Amino acid sequence: MGQETVHALKGISFGVEQGEFVTIMGSSGSGKSTMLNILGCLDRPTSGSYEIDQVSVGELTKNELAKIRNEKIGFIFQSYNLLARTSAIENVELPLLYNSKYSSEERRNKAIEALKMVGLGQRLDHTPAQLSGGQQQRVAIARSLVNDPVVILADEATGNLDTRTSYEIMALFQDLNKQGKTIVFVTHEDDIAAFSSRTLEFRDGNVISNNVNRNILSAQKELDALPKKE
Amino acid sequence: MKILNLLKIAWRAIKLNKLRTFLTMLGIIIGVAAVITMLAIGEGSKNSIRTQISSMGSNMITIRPGAGMRGGVRTDPSEMQSIKIEDYEVIANKSSLLTKISPVVSGSGQVITGAQNWPSTIYGVSEAYLDIRALEIEEGSMFTQSDVRSAAKVAIIGQTIVENLFPDGESPIGKMIRFNKIPFKIIGVLASKGENTFGQDQDDLLVAPYTTVQKRILSINYLNSIVASAISEEQANDAVKEVTQIMRDQHSISNPAEDDFNVFSMEELISMFSSTSEMLTLLLVAVAAISLLIGGIGIMNIMYVSVKERTREIGLRLAVGGRGMDILIQFLIEAILISITGGLIGVTLGFLSTFLISNILSWPTQITLYSVIISFGVCAITGIFFGWYPAKKASILDPIVALRYE
Repeated sequence: MGQETVHALKGISFGVEQGEFVTIMGSSGSGKSTMLNILGCLDRPTSGSYEIDQVSVGELTKNELAKIRNEKIGFIFQSYNLLARTSAIENVELPLLYNSKYSSEERRNKAIEALKMVGLGQRLDHTPAQLSGGQQQRVAIARSLVNDPVVILADEATGNLDTRTSYEIMALFQDLNKQGKTIVFVTHEDDIAAFSSRTLEFRDGNVISNNVNRNILSAQKELDALPKKE
Repeated sequence: MKILNLLKIAWRAIKLNKLRTFLTMLGIIIGVAAVITMLAIGEGSKNSIRTQISSMGSNMITIRPGAGMRGGVRTDPSEMQSIKIEDYEVIANKSSLLTKISPVVSGSGQVITGAQNWPSTIYGVSEAYLDIRALEIEEGSMFTQSDVRSAAKVAIIGQTIVENLFPDGESPIGKMIRFNKIPFKIIGVLASKGENTFGQDQDDLLVAPYTTVQKRILSINYLNSIVASAISEEQANDAVKEVTQIMRDQHSISNPAEDDFNVFSMEELISMFSSTSEMLTLLLVAVAAISLLIGGIGIMNIMYVSVKERTREIGLRLAVGGRGMDILIQFLIEAILISITGGLIGVTLGFLSTFLISNILSWPTQITLYSVIISFGVCAITGIFFGWYPAKKASILDPIVALRYE
């Protein structure tokens, strides 16, 4: 008996330019999570090459990968992954704790700056339990921004949120994108993809479409169009 | 710089689980406090035995009848009459390492004066006895060599006898007392020495010439023991060897196994009494060490649970740039912080309980530096040893798997 080798991704080639907002679509098992792991330097491709910010990731050691993750990538997860009973500011500081370049004062200032960017300037000392789902995801976004990453990788970042809150989050992403942030957003919801500048569609480990979005919807406008809450 | 950050991370994690951390520490706290207290009690009793025995005269050596074997028959040492006055005279003449020597015969009986009476022990000795035993005369004087030669009925008494026979505070000097019907004239009173380690009253005695006690009270011609002073404390052991040889020659013993006497110095007496208390200390420390070990296992248990529980947190830390080594060190620091904090509290508690024991139970105690260092060192090692496995386990987690762990 041997282990069956599964080719989660086959013969894929694409690039993401600085300042793009790309969505990766696909049903489960399409290989989009594997793609995200490789993009996030959590995993390495068995063959082929991946370059981020002119660094070829293929030959790097585990520790070098960790350094890339620390300095060039911002992660956002579906379930936020915030540290419980820990203030927003300490949660956001986390990536900088693993980078000895930052003093504790710089860390704090950068964390406050990032929290202000996501509109949580007034909730620095709140713990996750004291924040709504949308606010928790904003803290997670602030955490992904704090190290000035080359790219922000979001894995189903709106998957746990209701429509209104996910539109709010998408509006925030669009806003960040306008400020020059490069974003790769994995989702299986079509309406979310409509807010991005390009959509890659995965199926069975292949990219089946790679379309530039000519008609980008504004999440803020969609949000305003939603019926007002009681 | 980086270690400082990891220390900060570990400290935050500990602060989040205060109660659990404290309960984990409890094993270590109790273990360390127990080790320190037990060693303090052991050391204290050892010291007090040493001081007490030394106060009898630190360069004193004693010759007693020993469990000898004559013609294949073993004899009870207290029944033996193997030490004679001739032995005393031979030792006094031949020994080069002794300054003072005195025979000792003793017997118990009733001391009577007028309406008062008191049970006590009379020691028949030579005029050198007080110097050998480091006893001092408070009032009056010691008997002389001519008193010994003439078997004079004179005695020196201890403070307990003074208190019981002369309760009115009058001076006992010159008064007559009777010991087992034999009249004695009191010529001196000894200075008080109080109780010794074994609870024995050291002031409850009469001292009289050995000739008097032998002839008039005990009607014996042997000695109970011989005491002597070595030239110095350092030469006490050589003196023991010398006296042993003189005694063997005198008793014509060729095989040391047939010795019908024992010669020992104070040092030997101290180690004889200390060995019991050392054994007990060792036993207590073993029990305390086991509780320290259990404390260590408690740390491992909690760290293991903590790693499981925080798998997603570990995944996140790896994702945002923590290396396996960072995770390992973080959890190791957590374990060490717990055990060292526990150790510090334990040391404090150990000092406190030792203080209480010596003040409330008035046991002699003595905290030694080495007990603090050992128990504290064991703590740190426990933290590293028992924290290592869970920390290693955390550090080799695959970030992808850890992030999706439910």
